Amino acid sequence: MSSTNVHGAKSPNSQMPNSQNWDQELAVSIRGLNKWYGAFQVLRDINLDVGVSEKIILCGPSGSGKSTLIRCVNRLETFQAGTLTVDGIALTDDLKRIEEVRREVGMVFQHFNLFPHLTILENCTLAPIQVRKLSKGRATEIAMHFLERVRIPEQAHKYPGQLSGGQQQRVAIARALCMNPKIMLFDEPTSALDPEMVQEVLDIMVQLAREGMTMLCVTHEMGFARQIADRIVFMDSGEILEIAPPREFFTNPRHPRTKMFLGQIL
Amino acid sequence: MASNSIAPGGTYLSHKNAPVLPPPKQKDAWWERLRRSFFGTPLSAFLTLLSSGLILWLTPDLLRFVLFDAVWNAPDGEACRVPGAGACWAFVWHKLPYFIFGSYPEHERWRVVVTLVLGALLLAWLLWPQKMGKHPDKPFAAALLFLVYPLVALVLLLGAPIFGLPMVDTDLWGGIFLSLVVAGVGIVVSMPLGIILALGRRSSLPVIALASTSFIEFVRGVPMITVLFMANFMLPLFLPETVHIDRLSRPLVGVALFASAYMAEVVRGGLQAVPKGQYEGSAALGFTTWQSLRLVILPQAIVHVIPGIVNTFIGLFKDTTLVAIVGIFDFLRTVETARLDPVWAGPTISATGYLFAALFYGTICFGMSRYSIGIERRLAERKKGRVA
Repeated sequence: MSSTNVHGAKSPNSQMPNSQNWDQELAVSIRGLNKWYGAFQVLRDINLDVGVSEKIILCGPSGSGKSTLIRCVNRLETFQAGTLTVDGIALTDDLKRIEEVRREVGMVFQHFNLFPHLTILENCTLAPIQVRKLSKGRATEIAMHFLERVRIPEQAHKYPGQLSGGQQQRVAIARALCMNPKIMLFDEPTSALDPEMVQEVLDIMVQLAREGMTMLCVTHEMGFARQIADRIVFMDSGEILEIAPPREFFTNPRHPRTKMFLGQIL
Repeated sequence: MASNSIAPGGTYLSHKNAPVLPPPKQKDAWWERLRRSFFGTPLSAFLTLLSSGLILWLTPDLLRFVLFDAVWNAPDGEACRVPGAGACWAFVWHKLPYFIFGSYPEHERWRVVVTLVLGALLLAWLLWPQKMGKHPDKPFAAALLFLVYPLVALVLLLGAPIFGLPMVDTDLWGGIFLSLVVAGVGIVVSMPLGIILALGRRSSLPVIALASTSFIEFVRGVPMITVLFMANFMLPLFLPETVHIDRLSRPLVGVALFASAYMAEVVRGGLQAVPKGQYEGSAALGFTTWQSLRLVILPQAIVHVIPGIVNTFIGLFKDTTLVAIVGIFDFLRTVETARLDPVWAGPTISATGYLFAALFYGTICFGMSRYSIGIERRLAERKKGRVA
């Protein structure tokens, strides 16, 4: 399975989604990836190349392996066969390399995973200070910049438990951005939110996509997928069954299971 | 307040907001509530009467012994031997220096006082409640108390001829101050060692996990007295003959190891209470395992188990009395010895001495317990977001 790279000219203004605006340069390259939990195979021969600035949406029924796949990208999950190269670094068991990759790859989780014993601001500055070795002043400056971007600078001195789910998830996005990542992974970022809070998080992600961030996102928000995705990856039972640009994916799905899935959720 | 009913299948559309009302007034007077708590049911009334009876029966005797018939001032045991005399507080007062300092030389006792006051001040600095989120000087206080203070205390108590402090052999140490030394060493060693053992037990490296688990299970599986005997008699066997280990440091090692094993299990419970997402969240930000433990996991794990930690400290503090069994003159042992002094010996002396010991241990343990409850309350408040 090769990536459907279309080498469109990339003008500075071509930031509109769905216009093949990613680079030829690869941000993530997954080749022949296989993973087992005991005897059970959860990922089967996964091949996917993601260009710099490309937005990939992964969807599929639960248990299809999409979360496991993006968790392999920053090595929260190990795999037994295949290669995975992130930002030019091949992921092996080498801890130093894994930490190197994790510094460049931001991740947003379904359950936010903010640090409850730290304030919002401390959540955002901890990694830049400890991992990137920034000064406290510089880290605070960056953190406040991103907290403003996600529109909650006034909550900086509260604790995560005092914020709504939507606000917490926006902090989680800001926290990841404070590390200045090259790639952002989103693992069902709106699934744990109350319905009225989904949009505020999606808005931030759309904004991020427009700015040219490389994104891999597992989500069931099909409207959002249609809006930002360069390509949609459909997975089932640990396999990639179909990769297509959103217009094609939604109007003319080819794999029968894709058709069935879309029939169920749309 | 009557509301309009809506029939099954009926529809409804609100045209005005329901008024916001204050809650209804508490109708019961305080005596009514009191009556309900003490005489609410026949069983409750029976228990109230029973316990009141017990209190009325016991209190006068107790008060008579402790206060009214007590001998407050006496040069020797003569006045306390009078029939019907109560507690002999004069005995406690006369023996107080011995209870506090043991046989520590009289003209050097200021060193003990300085050590204790210094320790108390540092402890107060570390434990003083601060506004949540503002704790910049706490790590500094902790470093002073856990790293610098033990050395200072060692030099002060043991002596250092180069500073003009004559050596005081540990054979002369005793009393409350020695009990505090034993408990202090136990606490200062068991906290970090317990954390290390707890992490070791959860390590993915089998050798480390097996070693930690074996240590914890072995030490926890035998009585404290056995550990003390082993430390006393077996420790010298493991060391070269030329190394002489001090008589006091052997039980200190025993107490510290014993407390560490218990602390390790308490901390492990805390580690298990930290959700997996916290490990993943910190890993995804590029923290090394050690950074993630130090900055994210342990601060949460320790807070989860503050009650368990304090419980272990309270147990440890009371267990220090067991060191007497290997010949160390802890506080209880000094009481034991003092009550046999023929100058004071009398029918009430033992009761007085033990009462004093009970007051001492009870006060300190109660203090620790209250402090722990206070901390828990503050943390619960923070979780609810009431303390900014």
